[in-house]
Amino acid sequence: MDYQPPPFFSRGPAPFVRLTFFASLAVLLMVLDARFRYAEPLRQVIAGLAYPLQRAASAPVELLVSAAEFFTTQVGLKRDNDALRAKELQDAGELLMVDALRAENSQLRKLLEARERLPRKSTFAEIVYSGRDPFSRKVVIDKGSHQGVEAGEAVIDDVGVIGQVTRVFPFLAEVTLVTDKDERVPVQVVRNGLRAVVYGGGDGGTLDLSYMAANADIQADDELVTSGIDGTYPAGLPVGKVSRIQRDSARAFAKITCVPSSGTEQHKQVLVLSREAVPPPVPEAESTAKTLKPRKKPRPGAREGKP
Amino acid sequence: MIPIGGQPQRILLPVNVGFMALTLVLALVFNLLPWGDIAAVPDILALVLAFWCVHQPRKIGIGTAWVLGLFMDAGTGALLGQHALAYAVLAFGAIGLHRRILWFSLWQQAAHILLLLLASQLLMVAVRVAAGGSSPGFAYFAGSVIAAALWPTATFLLLLPQRRPESVDENRPI
Repeated sequence: MDYQPPPFFSRGPAPFVRLTFFASLAVLLMVLDARFRYAEPLRQVIAGLAYPLQRAASAPVELLVSAAEFFTTQVGLKRDNDALRAKELQDAGELLMVDALRAENSQLRKLLEARERLPRKSTFAEIVYSGRDPFSRKVVIDKGSHQGVEAGEAVIDDVGVIGQVTRVFPFLAEVTLVTDKDERVPVQVVRNGLRAVVYGGGDGGTLDLSYMAANADIQADDELVTSGIDGTYPAGLPVGKVSRIQRDSARAFAKITCVPSSGTEQHKQVLVLSREAVPPPVPEAESTAKTLKPRKKPRPGAREGKP
Repeated sequence: MIPIGGQPQRILLPVNVGFMALTLVLALVFNLLPWGDIAAVPDILALVLAFWCVHQPRKIGIGTAWVLGLFMDAGTGALLGQHALAYAVLAFGAIGLHRRILWFSLWQQAAHILLLLLASQLLMVAVRVAAGGSSPGFAYFAGSVIAAALWPTATFLLLLPQRRPESVDENRPI
């Protein structure tokens, strides 16, 4: 005879057993997510389930914000309007020259036989909210895979690079800011064309120009722009400005700190630049046919037809 | 339950499982609010979870906590499993405490809960730093202090439905 307690006292496995089970499941998930990226489908499913909740959560905030915008004072609107008009007038002069410059540039590039810079498709998006995850620097924008946003695309605002799309959901996308610890941007110093890689500072608001030799030609207030050699960021976008250089003779590398030029924490409107440029014209059909033909094994029937 | 030195304890109505689920979902929605860069946001979901684990350990358990944690992970874009692990440990701690903690006064209970919340946050920091994230600074832990300070309020609000009179007396409405 075994003396089991009556079934109405039964409470299933002991709490410690359950904890062990669920904790190991969580650790397994974390390893799959962090090391192998296998957990993305599961994340997509759960995020899809959580999406209505997120909308429900952000709806009252959006309502408040739009109400606040509605009651913007007349004075503020007038001031903004005047400032924008002045700026437009300033820009107009340069804009008029842009077409001429562009034509001239393409001419010169043709002369130099350099590959022409291709325009990229861009998508306008708004930042819905900054990420709630305090361990990384991310924002969420309101365009997703339904609007053609893809992971890996560059995101800019009106003054410079903001970051890169790292995760795409149907109606939202997650942008990792350049200030995130895991984000790197290949850059070039405007003053002398020196190439380098900028690392996110991780603490918010700074960038590190790592692995630059202690005697590298870099000065404070040097402008950094994207070099474009990674294929992700188009060349020439402002990334940041060198703010402080510490050259320590004990170390092989200088510690160079930069401030991002874009308002990574302030702006609301951003532009997502598609990864591949607008496709170049299809190469002539003749040339491909020529390269393919000799590889083809001539069929017996075809050989007879040939003279 | 007879209190040691406090006020007489009321006999509560049985809990409504639907109400428990509703409060948990509302807490999840609160956590998914666009908080921006405010670091010291109280984790209300952890607080409500700890509350129900203390008060109703037979109705809610480590599995529920784990699933809710997964929702937090996907909703906030954190490492998948990070909140799930932290909430599972939190639920385990709260269930382990549930026989003892209710004998204390509300603020002493809050001190217990503060330790649990801090432990779960420390676990998350350890996991994320091990996975290569940046450390969030000490303001992050202030969220737990705020959440623990909300424990008496949470107790009052979440027990309200169980404090209703069982049968309403027409002559004495209170």
